[in-house]
Amino acid sequence: MIELEAVSKVYRTGAIELRALDDINLTIEDGDLVAIMGASGSGKSTMMNILGCLDAPTSGTYRLDGIDVGKLRENALADIRNKKIGFVFQSFNLIPRTSAIRNVELPMVYGGGRNRRERARRALERVGLGDRLNHMPNELSGGQQQRVAVARALVMDPTMILADEPTGNLDTASTIDIMNLFVELNDAGRTVVLITHEPEVAEFAKRVVTLRDGHIISDVRQEQNREHVVPPDGRTERFARIDPAGPAGPDDATGPVLHKDGGR
Amino acid sequence: MNVWEAARIALHGLRSNRLRSVLTMLGIIIGVAAVILLVAFGNGLQTYINEAFGPLANQLTISKTQGSLSGSGEPKDLTDGDVEALSNSVKAPDILSVTPIVNGVANVQASGATTRASVVGTTADYFAVTDRELVVGEYFDEQQVRNKAKVAVLGPNVVADLFGGDAGAALGKQVRVGRTSFRVIGVVTPNGQQDDVVFMPLGTARAYLLGGGDEVNQIIVRATSTNEVDAAEAQINAILDDRHRIREPEARDFNVLKLQTLLDQSSQVLSFVTLFTAAVAGISLVVGSIGVANIMLVTVTERTREIGIRKAIGARRRAILQQFLIESMMLSGIGGIIGILLGIGLSAAAGVVLPALVQDFPAPVVSPGSVILSFSISLIIGLIAGGYPANRAARLRPIEALRYQ
Repeated sequence: MIELEAVSKVYRTGAIELRALDDINLTIEDGDLVAIMGASGSGKSTMMNILGCLDAPTSGTYRLDGIDVGKLRENALADIRNKKIGFVFQSFNLIPRTSAIRNVELPMVYGGGRNRRERARRALERVGLGDRLNHMPNELSGGQQQRVAVARALVMDPTMILADEPTGNLDTASTIDIMNLFVELNDAGRTVVLITHEPEVAEFAKRVVTLRDGHIISDVRQEQNREHVVPPDGRTERFARIDPAGPAGPDDATGPVLHKDGGR
Repeated sequence: MNVWEAARIALHGLRSNRLRSVLTMLGIIIGVAAVILLVAFGNGLQTYINEAFGPLANQLTISKTQGSLSGSGEPKDLTDGDVEALSNSVKAPDILSVTPIVNGVANVQASGATTRASVVGTTADYFAVTDRELVVGEYFDEQQVRNKAKVAVLGPNVVADLFGGDAGAALGKQVRVGRTSFRVIGVVTPNGQQDDVVFMPLGTARAYLLGGGDEVNQIIVRATSTNEVDAAEAQINAILDDRHRIREPEARDFNVLKLQTLLDQSSQVLSFVTLFTAAVAGISLVVGSIGVANIMLVTVTERTREIGIRKAIGARRRAILQQFLIESMMLSGIGGIIGILLGIGLSAAAGVVLPALVQDFPAPVVSPGSVILSFSISLIIGLIAGGYPANRAARLRPIEALRYQ
């Protein structure tokens, strides 16, 4: 569970004071799929940095799974990012000249864990890239790169997947593809937080929180756009939480591959 | 994260920028190779000198001086009596051999040509003691010394002046030294110091050339080993002090010169020179290390975004620090290893090529110390040169690093 209590973030440049976030209260329950919307300058990037433990609020408390993140020191914050948050960025942010599977292994390199290669391989299979394990990022399409990023976000079995404009650099088809992936992950019980300014992307969310000038101006539940989701036939099980202990699980790579190709 | 993971990431970083890594390493390679090669040259020279003069290191030369203190009477000459006393193996157990020398200067004539040469009259073991070698013929033996035979061994310059340098032609010929004829029985090789010379038995020189009684100009003493040179010197002093009735060392009318002292001095000078050249080579190692530091700074700047990604997905400060430190230590360490191989290779090649080009050029000898030292230095360089850039990388704030384009 994610709890923000009276969170403010103030930037000072000389005499000018900018309140990027002003007294925000927000609770996100486990298993939700929330879109945080807003125009540029609304404070949504600051929101993303704070939710992702990349930046600390000026005042207020942020609790992630009951842990008061504001009280943590740098190493503990690194561990929180490693184990509780899975980042998906607009520009994919894969390590260049490093194979897909190595990229997915990376969080385990820093966070530890057995069977790294096997778990990375399974995460990539889950996002439909079982046949692209050893491709370099520059050999993959944008949609495929973003799926590698999703696999990397998944592999540590985090509390929340935090996606910052995940479709900002993708074409329409790849956008639908990636959003479906998030919907399916969410159907399997994962908490997903999307930061976006595109209404079409927000349509996939169950709840939409809109920011303007550092304030929440609306917070609504909505009917999810599921028109692209193939009716359930057991596939969603593929996104069941990955058992961090090892490769054993109810699902396997032989399940039908939903996504043929993310980018074209 | 363990060190192997960090090493794997670092190696990956180096391989993605192959040309740059190689060029950076080149600075270290050249520095290390230069240190090893130059030290090897110095070492080779040292070895050469030790081999050439080592056999003479047990030599002591006694010569006559003026007694400096008044009241000790007239300075006494060195005599046959002194030689005999020094040959006493009971009083002088550490003395292996005693070789008396008398010398003078005389005109030498043969086949119409005349030259001037120094005349050395000595005993048969002189040549073994001074390590003098023959081009042709033989030395005089003990019997010829006893019989005061009229035989001579010529130095190379004398042969050059009288026989046009043909040692074979000189052998068996008569040469006139002063007013007496001598048969040439041998010719020695040049040693660069004593080449205008005619050697003959001690008694022969006294009887036909130099005259005089029982005095000798110089006595060459060999100690039983190089370790006993000091003991031999003490025994010489004791025996001669007694014979010459000398009470204080200051009043001695003789001087004992140890060749070992000269050798020690020359090798000390040589080791200073070696140290100096190694230090000059060390400068190139310093320049190389600046190259490593420079390239690590560029690498960190260039990979700011990558550092941001790593931090976002949970890399601790230490992990980033480790990654870049290991990367720079690999640069300098691999450079160091290649430099060592190159330095050893060049030393070996120089050992083959240079003596072929320049006669008697001493082959370089690689010293293990210089190899270990220059490798350690190159690793330390990696640590220092990489320290600041790696620390800067580790301190980057993830949001800023992620925003970096």
